[in-house]
Amino acid sequence: MQVLRHLPTSALAPLTLLLVGALQIGCSDSNISLEDLEAAAAKLETTAGEDADAGAAVMEILDVEKPNLKFGFIKLTDCAPLVIAKEKGYFEEEGLNVEIEAQSNWKVLLDRVIDGQLDGAHMLAGQPIGATIGFGTQAHVITAYSLDYNGNGITVSNEIWEQMQENDPALKSDTPPHPIPATSLKPIVDSYKQEGKDFNMGMVFPVSTHNYEIRYWLAAAGIHPGMYTEENIQGTVDADVLLSVTPPPQMPATLEAGTILGYCVGEPWNQQAVVKGIGVPVTTNYDIWKNNPEKVFGVTKEWDEKHPNTHLAVIKALIRAGKWLDATDENGVLVNRQEAAKILSGKDYVGADEDVIDNSMTGTFVFQETDVRPMPDFNVFFKYYASYPHYSDCIWFLTQMRRWGQITEGKPASWYAETAQEIYKPEIYRKAAAMLVAEGKASAEDFPAEDYDGYRDVTTEFIDGTPYDAKDPVGYVNGFEIGNKDPESLAKQ
Amino acid sequence: MNWRGKALKFCDVAGLPALEPFVRLLAGEDVKEQLKGIAKFVVLPVAAVAVFLMLWSAAARTVVTDSMRLPSPTDTWTAGKELFAMHSAQRAEDLKVKQEKTLQAVQLLAQANAVGKQAESATGERKETLLANALVLKKKAVQAANYRPSSAPTFVDQIVTSLKTVFVGFAIATLIAVPIGVLCGMSPWCNAALTPFIQVFKPVSPLAWLPLAFLIIVWAYSGTKPGDNFFDKAFLISAITVSLCSLWPTLVNTTLGVASVDKDYMNVARVLKLSWSQQLFKIILPASLPLMFAGLRISLGVGWMVLIAADMLAQNPGLGKFVWDEFQNGSSQTYARIAFSVIIIGVIGLVLDRIMIFMRNLVSFGDPQAA
Repeated sequence: MQVLRHLPTSALAPLTLLLVGALQIGCSDSNISLEDLEAAAAKLETTAGEDADAGAAVMEILDVEKPNLKFGFIKLTDCAPLVIAKEKGYFEEEGLNVEIEAQSNWKVLLDRVIDGQLDGAHMLAGQPIGATIGFGTQAHVITAYSLDYNGNGITVSNEIWEQMQENDPALKSDTPPHPIPATSLKPIVDSYKQEGKDFNMGMVFPVSTHNYEIRYWLAAAGIHPGMYTEENIQGTVDADVLLSVTPPPQMPATLEAGTILGYCVGEPWNQQAVVKGIGVPVTTNYDIWKNNPEKVFGVTKEWDEKHPNTHLAVIKALIRAGKWLDATDENGVLVNRQEAAKILSGKDYVGADEDVIDNSMTGTFVFQETDVRPMPDFNVFFKYYASYPHYSDCIWFLTQMRRWGQITEGKPASWYAETAQEIYKPEIYRKAAAMLVAEGKASAEDFPAEDYDGYRDVTTEFIDGTPYDAKDPVGYVNGFEIGNKDPESLAKQ
Repeated sequence: MNWRGKALKFCDVAGLPALEPFVRLLAGEDVKEQLKGIAKFVVLPVAAVAVFLMLWSAAARTVVTDSMRLPSPTDTWTAGKELFAMHSAQRAEDLKVKQEKTLQAVQLLAQANAVGKQAESATGERKETLLANALVLKKKAVQAANYRPSSAPTFVDQIVTSLKTVFVGFAIATLIAVPIGVLCGMSPWCNAALTPFIQVFKPVSPLAWLPLAFLIIVWAYSGTKPGDNFFDKAFLISAITVSLCSLWPTLVNTTLGVASVDKDYMNVARVLKLSWSQQLFKIILPASLPLMFAGLRISLGVGWMVLIAADMLAQNPGLGKFVWDEFQNGSSQTYARIAFSVIIIGVIGLVLDRIMIFMRNLVSFGDPQAA
């Protein structure tokens, strides 16, 4: 844009307007070619700026292979970076003309990315992983951008909540102590079992964070959520609680209909249950694992190979959107979230009412009318390097897939690391980040240090306190009471 | 024929018997008789609609659950107005952006030329980068000039898409069903051969076809890039599903029509020694047209019904997707918008049916009966 400043824009304006008219009448439907444009521009007196900065280095302009893109998303607030990048013009500044299209469910979304109807999509972090290792649909899907941390909750119906309160009097308070483990749910599940009734709960997709989180939460209290085996891909072997797939927006209605007694889903579908008075969120995934990875931006490997510059441009725009979403003032208050909530409430995006969306988006979470808690980290889009594709995040999903039997055979530790490198592509992220830093649109501190190896620190910030070390995935899998166990020898391979 | 006769004929052919009493009244015919007609065809239906609206309002006050509520007629009307207002706002916005883009295109080109000039005086690596930049800028200028709005389709866009899809699907079905129907009608052998297929496939629920249509289209398009093709994959899937379902009524009715051409006509044809093609075009087809159109009318109705469901299931653009997206939205406006869409879908279905009746009446001999 440097040269543009040299142009006498004031003199240009009236002429260009004329031209706009001429172009539009002449070529409203047919394609405008370079010759047409040059003919039009020739009429303009352009004083090419003197080569004032002749000595300065010239930055290369990104040659975008495919400017017209279509991305898919599911109606959830964590698609925000995509929506913001579009609405705030970040895509446009990268020369991209992006359409964002709602998809009916996660399977349709993934299939459409794989068969090329969509260029990329807002995906469950487990989807690129599941697809690449061949659980469900087999296709090599990669991600270079993690859309957010946290953002899910577990909600139970009012009736179950009352029974939980009876089992644990501490929950009877207006502001019960958090985090709420599933221990008070266990007697209810047991009594259902004794009566021979199914205890049904909902999650959104077999490889979704929600599936692993609700399983983690249940298993931490000794409730068996069921195993996947080669024959049973429903994940209901030995199950105390039957988990079934329900599309996110249908969760509250399904709960109200009594088909499920609780669910794990992203926002705004937990807050919706509170606002409508049909259920009580008992915990969020922030309490299950602080700053857990949630959604990613996924494309197929093939697409990335064909459109490397386009991919970079997309990641650049997404990084800027993430930064915008997490911008705070000097008091640490998120400044752009109200506006984000308003944009997301549009009917072509999430479509729920703004006052339902802005609860969680602006940093508070309503558990009950009496229990409104500040949760500034409920949705993290950029802080804590949330948008960087950490290998350790990918490996966590792989450990959970192994734990619950979606990966049917034990794998050596090296397999976890190699698979993570096949799917998570921090090198693309790094490149995009470097370009933004060079353009002055981001600072180097926004991104992990150059020597960062992609493994987040070992953490015990889980609801059950089990430490997670991504460099010892086999040991981690074996550290749980409920779930598959692998031979220790694999840890050293 | 005087104007009265013409107007009455029009009412008849267009299938608008409600207008008939008014025409007769204007022509000065028996007032009492005509008022009776008006009462029957205008006042009574209006009253029925009023009663329905009242019942609907009452229901809207009663049917309220924790998370949902039935929208009242006023809510629905407001939501509808809003949808159209959103459409015009979007159009205005798109136009604005398009103008900005054209302006931007010119500026980008000027910039590219300036960079090109800079490159002339530069050397080495700097020159190469500048030249490359100039090329990229030119490419961007062309892109900006050919900008297509990327906003989500509005309600009106979805209506247009649905109409296009149903007509394409219907056209495909007609092109297949009519020739086969004629063949089956003329040749009992052919009819016997095809009967098993017709009998088995006719009752299949249209949506069962959808995954198969999906499979075939994806196969046909494998190896091609989206955007390279004249038709969108999603569009074709919906259209094929529509044709697979609207094939049968046309086929069966055409067969029946052709098979039941009056024996006297055929005898006359034999006496006149008409050739086979003359028989077909001068006698068989004209004589079977009314039944053929009756079939086409059912086909179009079935097609429209199926299309909405197919859109919902496959998330193909169109009114069905609009309804489904709204259902997924769960905002306070959701159900009012869905109710409005339901009415619009019904009205469009009605108009399509009227068009087919009109066409059938145009080709019918004797006394057309509006249904």
